[in-house]
Amino acid sequence: MPKEEGLISWKKLAPGMAILKPGNSVEFKTGDWRAFRPILDKEKCIKCGLCYVFCPDLCYEKDEEGYYISNLYYCKGCGICAQNCPRGAITMVLEEEI
Amino acid sequence: MKKKLIREVSLEEAKALKIRKKVAKEVSVAIADAVAQCKVDVISAYPITPQTHIVEYLSELVNNGELESEYIPVESEHAAMSACIGASAAGARTFTATSSQGLLFMYEVLFIASALRLPIVMVIANRSISAPISIWNDHSDVMTMRDSGWIQFFAENGQEAVDLIYHSYRIAEKSLFPVAINIDGFILTHVIEPVEFLDQELVDKYVPHLKMNYKLDPKKPVTMGAIGVPEIYTEAKKAQDEAFNSSYKIIINAWKEFEKLTGKRYQPVEIYKMEDAEVALVIMGSLTETAMNAVDLLRDEGKKVGLLRLRLWRPFPLRDFIKAIGKVKAIGVVDRAVSHGATGGPVGIEVRSALYQSNKRPKIVNFIAGLSGRDVTVEDFIELFERTYHAIKTKPTFSYKIYGVKE
Ligand code: SF4
Ligand code: SF4
Repeated sequence: MPKEEGLISWKKLAPGMAILKPGNSVEFKTGDWRAFRPILDKEKCIKCGLCYVFCPDLCYEKDEEGYYISNLYYCKGCGICAQNCPRGAITMVLEEEI
Repeated sequence: MKKKLIREVSLEEAKALKIRKKVAKEVSVAIADAVAQCKVDVISAYPITPQTHIVEYLSELVNNGELESEYIPVESEHAAMSACIGASAAGARTFTATSSQGLLFMYEVLFIASALRLPIVMVIANRSISAPISIWNDHSDVMTMRDSGWIQFFAENGQEAVDLIYHSYRIAEKSLFPVAINIDGFILTHVIEPVEFLDQELVDKYVPHLKMNYKLDPKKPVTMGAIGVPEIYTEAKKAQDEAFNSSYKIIINAWKEFEKLTGKRYQPVEIYKMEDAEVALVIMGSLTETAMNAVDLLRDEGKKVGLLRLRLWRPFPLRDFIKAIGKVKAIGVVDRAVSHGATGGPVGIEVRSALYQSNKRPKIVNFIAGLSGRDVTVEDFIELFERTYHAIKTKPTFSYKIYGVKE
């Protein structure tokens, strides 16, 4: 991983690092924290939506066919969806192995 | 003890000198009155000896309808500070007070108050820390928050405590940093002193209504306290540190403005008989007045001794301090807290470090005295001066010493 560098000059921060633009957390990419990626097996999925309910990052979105698909821009790879899927339809796979 | 000259002052002269009426008040009550004069919106506090009278009296004022503030009787000091943080973030002028274990209980949130740049004002009635349990005065409570990013003052007497309330609201709100005013528990909190208050008109002028540029307001939403990932945390701390150091100017300006309005001069470092001093003690808080008596007595014997008092502790007034020590040959730093395993008491460490940034190299000895209300008398100060004198010609054999311990 590259060494972190400052995102923005300290001179440009609002006092107390207040964020002045509301609702910009959608831009915050948490996906690159991920070590494991949830892989869905559509054969096993019953479209119950529990993965959608349990995901702490609200990553899941429903596609046209009714499957719940994790948005990898946000998915941190915590594995909670895989743990809670009643059909074992989600497997966590190491990113390097994909 | 040296007699003070008392001079009669005519009424005209008094007016010219802007001397106002003094009233005898318990210092805690006087502090509460000054807070009320600053028209705080929210008071949130939990009682703890010896701070209780301050918030008790404020709750009375609110209850009697004499002060239009929201009084939140919280369940703990952690909650007291948290409520102040919330209220302050929403743009309210806030006040709290605490002491000793209470301060330690709010410790975690102290850093949040300063990093979020919230202008909270808090009075700390300084009291030692358990164990052994003790309700008496020293500075071990506040020294734990030394690095918390709060502006920190030490008052010498009740009058100064009252004036510092006015100063603190102005300074906090202009610098956007929380301010802690330290007053010695019991020695100040529980004594009755003649105190002069500013006229309400002047208070309103000096501490105008709080206006926050960024506050929690549904009409103009902002986020406070967001996560600081490694790519931003360093910049956030740099911004905080720069702003904190430049609060020094705001403090000085607030005192200049106060002098214009009242004729009373406040400075970061107070000096007493330092002009030609060879040996000086560095001290904070109410013990200073006792030390002054020791200086007077030693001066009568022809000894060139002086006193430096730190009124402003954070941000540390480095330049003022180095200037104030003049040409002394030895400095005795009187700490009132132990920093276990360190190279000195908190003030001793600071003073040594400060001097390393200048070319001045007086000998430094560091005493820890007056723990948990143990009296430090005029005689004790004379002894401390003598030991400091002794250091001029000898190599100090200790980095600090707890003074007055029974062996
Ligand atoms: S929890 Fe499992 S079965 Fe249910 S929708 Fe999600 S992947 Fe499909
Ligand atoms: S791994 Fe965690 S973050 Fe990613 S989709 Fe599943 S529950 Fe959400």
